[in-house]
Amino acid sequence: MINTDDILETIHMIDDENLDVRTITMGISLLDCIDSDIDKACDKIYDKICNYAGNLVKTGEDISKEYGIPIINKRVSVTPISMVAAACPGKNPVRFALALDRAAKAIGVNFIGGYSALVQKGFAPGDYAVIQSIPEALSRTDLVCSSVNVGTTKAGINMDAVAKMGHIILDTAKATADRNCIGPAKLVVFCNAPEDNPFMAGAFQGPGEPDCEINVGVSGPGVVRTAIKKAGDCDIAEVANIVKKTAFKVTRMGQLVAQEASKRLCVPFGIVDLSLAPTPAVGDSVAHILEEMGLESCGAHGTTACLALLNDAVKKGGIMASSHVGGLSGAFIPVTEDAGMIDAARCGSLSITKLEAMTAVCSVGLDMIAIPGDVPPEIISAIIADEAAIGLVNSKTTAVRLIPAIGKKAGDEISFGGLLGGGPVMEVNRYSPLRFISRGGRFPAPLQSLKN
Amino acid sequence: MHAVISVIGKDRVGILARVSGICAKHQVNVTDVTQSVTENLFAMIMLVDISKCNVPFSRFADELTEAGKEMGVSIHTVHEDIYNSMHHI
Repeated sequence: MINTDDILETIHMIDDENLDVRTITMGISLLDCIDSDIDKACDKIYDKICNYAGNLVKTGEDISKEYGIPIINKRVSVTPISMVAAACPGKNPVRFALALDRAAKAIGVNFIGGYSALVQKGFAPGDYAVIQSIPEALSRTDLVCSSVNVGTTKAGINMDAVAKMGHIILDTAKATADRNCIGPAKLVVFCNAPEDNPFMAGAFQGPGEPDCEINVGVSGPGVVRTAIKKAGDCDIAEVANIVKKTAFKVTRMGQLVAQEASKRLCVPFGIVDLSLAPTPAVGDSVAHILEEMGLESCGAHGTTACLALLNDAVKKGGIMASSHVGGLSGAFIPVTEDAGMIDAARCGSLSITKLEAMTAVCSVGLDMIAIPGDVPPEIISAIIADEAAIGLVNSKTTAVRLIPAIGKKAGDEISFGGLLGGGPVMEVNRYSPLRFISRGGRFPAPLQSLKN
Repeated sequence: MHAVISVIGKDRVGILARVSGICAKHQVNVTDVTQSVTENLFAMIMLVDISKCNVPFSRFADELTEAGKEMGVSIHTVHEDIYNSMHHI
């Protein structure tokens, strides 16, 4: 009945290999808070979030204690604010951000996501005002996260939004320059954004989602690395098998937590996001898994292949362990949040061009990369366009979260603290894409969009 | 409802007595015990029935953790579902 080895393995995973549930995120629809009176709308938003998620943090802590699993983050995602702001033309949407920030602080979550706009095909009422206000919103709040979806495989890419986001990212960095430019660390530009993603900074509650749901993001890079290490010099199919088995166990734990949270909060269970999410902590690095597979340093030739295998095996192992899988589901490669990536970037082994190739086979995109503060906005836009094109053609989510480090140059260090970590400022290709970005218009949807 | 108490650390006299004493005090019935040495570690696993536990589960778990600290061993007390879900299909 009791298998000692199984129990010891679980305890070892949690105590020594940083196994945890990375986040329980409650998705809350704000569609019923829409009001043409912005004060009323803000009050309704604050009340609804506090009412629905008031017990989220305590429930997470209780589950964590009873099952012995650390649950690192408790968070809330809401309907893209542009949809709520559409009813209040001419009003400054930053007031919604302030209401979200107050609500997040009142219920004790560590981030709230959804200061967002979905503009893949064009700007609807509310979209432009929200995008325009992102620098002010992120500089005047602490916990609000923002995202903008600029493309989908179905719709193509909104190149006007891509051009705009280059400026917005830079302005957000400038607006938070006195706080290590932390603003853009809370801003993601997506292509094919999932509507049920529990991970920040890109979480929002999509318009097709229910009134309220619980989404859980698992983690466990340390566990996967240790399992591969134990196996020694086995062949690559065996490596994939080990990752699958480990991902299965990790995901089962996430599924258990998700079901329990859903039951205790009386909120439907949405999805489990099968992700390998690193942290700057020692032993919690995706880069170290790739190195354990046999690379001298992450970024070496072979990195893309190793990452592709890892990403695929995580999904194969996780899919059977959960009744509903969604979100981003795959391996994350955020540079400043991953001890191995930071070292690889410092020693020159990992460049932005290699990271771009890696994003074609991993779960998201160019994530948490500090670039020199003097990089012009059109280069940031062109990086977004490249990433969006990779997502567009491969029918996958891609994203860009770049942090222009104001006043710093390539090789300097920047630190954000906590889960956001820190690392070296990385150089970009300085040849100008200005004429391309200035064209604007709609990048046509690819042939892959015609599936009917 | 069952919980699993795991005790890991260096062996010494009185560990089992102390842990089962705390269980008895709180009306927690011990239904299975195994003991082994893995990777040079003394490990004892107890399956206990907590349905009649007379204090909240978290307090029971905390008390065992404290006792573990005093004895120089690490004690985890968690719901059995975590192990069932991770290791059984």
